[in-house]
Amino acid sequence: MGLKNKPNYLRWIVYLILFIALLFIPRILSIHDLMLFEYGLTFAIVGLGFNLLLGYTGLLSFGHGAYFAAGAYSVAMIAKYLPQAYSIEIVIPAALFFSLILSIIFGFVCVRHTKIFFSILALSLSMLLFALLFKLYHITGGSDGLRVPLPTMFGFSFKGIRRPEFLSGTYYYFLLAMFAISFVVMKGIVSSPFGKALQAIRDNEVRAELIGIRVRRYRLYAFCISGMFVGLGGALWTFVNGHVTADLSHWVFSGEIVYMTLLGGFGIFEGPIVGAMIFTYLKLYAMGHTEYWMFVIGATLIVLVLLLPSGVAGAFSTLWRRTIKGN
Amino acid sequence: MWIIYTLNGLYFAALLFLISLGLNIILGVMGILNLAHGSLYAIGAFIAAWIIIAIGAKIPPFFLYITLLSGFVLTGIVGLIMEKSLIRFMYKRTLEYQLLLTFGALMLLEDVIKMIWGGQAYYASAPFDLLGKADIFGHVYPTYFLFVMIIALIAGLLIWLFMSKTKLGIMLRAISLDREMATGIGLDINRLSTFAFVLGSALAGLAGALVVPTTPALLGFGHEPLILGFIVVVVGGLGSLKGALVGALLVGFTRSFGIAIFPEIELPLLFLIAGIILVVKPEGLFGR
Repeated sequence: MGLKNKPNYLRWIVYLILFIALLFIPRILSIHDLMLFEYGLTFAIVGLGFNLLLGYTGLLSFGHGAYFAAGAYSVAMIAKYLPQAYSIEIVIPAALFFSLILSIIFGFVCVRHTKIFFSILALSLSMLLFALLFKLYHITGGSDGLRVPLPTMFGFSFKGIRRPEFLSGTYYYFLLAMFAISFVVMKGIVSSPFGKALQAIRDNEVRAELIGIRVRRYRLYAFCISGMFVGLGGALWTFVNGHVTADLSHWVFSGEIVYMTLLGGFGIFEGPIVGAMIFTYLKLYAMGHTEYWMFVIGATLIVLVLLLPSGVAGAFSTLWRRTIKGN
Repeated sequence: MWIIYTLNGLYFAALLFLISLGLNIILGVMGILNLAHGSLYAIGAFIAAWIIIAIGAKIPPFFLYITLLSGFVLTGIVGLIMEKSLIRFMYKRTLEYQLLLTFGALMLLEDVIKMIWGGQAYYASAPFDLLGKADIFGHVYPTYFLFVMIIALIAGLLIWLFMSKTKLGIMLRAISLDREMATGIGLDINRLSTFAFVLGSALAGLAGALVVPTTPALLGFGHEPLILGFIVVVVGGLGSLKGALVGALLVGFTRSFGIAIFPEIELPLLFLIAGIILVVKPEGLFGR
């Protein structure tokens, strides 16, 4: 396709340098900060997936917590019911599989609609999963949730190792590798003809249909890919957190995913990553300093919507372009 | 027992009708889905409980029921403040920002409730206890539930009369049918939108105030009603009064019979029914 941009080498060199810098993070940060950083990384994967739907397809889902929960619960359920299969190279594909199945079912209902209707439907369906996880407590643990032990990793067992050591050692590099893979794959998706078709649908649905794009089917594909990325984020998050509850599928949690994406800026590919990092630190900071952390988060969200609609990354990118062009 | 389940269904439906009516008016006229609607409902509940606890013992019983209207009036005022300070700036913005703003407002309001009323539960059962029990075909049933149904019915009738007979109501309907054309013939969209938002908020507050004599007001009080309100709106069709009524009845009965027959999966069952309706009729039962 003629639309394909020339590969931007400078950009990839910057990515590579950043990646190499990230390899040294465990040496710099204390274990507490490193854990926070790992939370941020998992949400960055979630944000990448979510943004395929919001930024590139123009669909705002208020129910992506459901796929996060699908990934997280796949891990927790395997740990509880199939302990012999509880190793990372099995649970990650399982999490991808179950979040794919769930997003196919929910997506099938949702993509028949757009705009507000789509958002409410996605929200309601995620609440369906929430209700199931909450009510079937003898299977899912209900509001107490399930504990997640440390997994074996490629045949190597972590018995007798405490979670912080696990997280600051092998797991960090695994997480970073997963993040890098997700990043490259998502970058490939959005710059592929498929990604361009999604953007065409976002910008003008009728025109996209006229040039032969099967709008509803493409939306469903985008929905499923996005669901899988979010599910992967959920699965990786579980190991960091060590515990899953039904609240992951609650729509308020989905709202936080939307918030992160907007905070970074959904018009930019890297935006959600920046947003996920800032959000993780902001939430912890607010929770640590005041009982009214929701007030802080809500107020920042309102200020953001009113004053900085293109997000932090968006604002920086505009600033950068202005300084380069000198006007 | 079936009579009791039916009456319970009607009672749930009455409350849901008030909530989704408010959601629907705001959605129809302004095109904004108010995620903070549940918080407004909670505010109505807390205000009513607060007033009943403060002065309930000193006033004659009749006025006790008038105090329930305080939920309607004061939540309307909260809605007015919210519209003037936040929602106002959102009319021209895209859907994402509108939804996120109301989501921000939800988080803000939840903590404002926590700041004002603290974490404890507010009991205000005086209006419930005073009415006692009624005897319906040999079954004992709380009279207060019947009272709530009557209030919801009156509110629904008044809204219907207002929307179909008064000039203001017809202007509101004109906006929800065709916003551009309504601007074209010179309607003051901004003021009418403010009015719609205040009315919608007040209805949510009324529902909260009506509920508080039966269950104590707690933090997170508005979460479930909000979701049920969404289901009603989705099933009934966006911006349709008739849809809100039928949707509320459907959800109310499903809940009441679901609790009686399959208590474990009452909520999932509801979603299942809503899902089937939407697959068969994507625009909702009475959607345009």
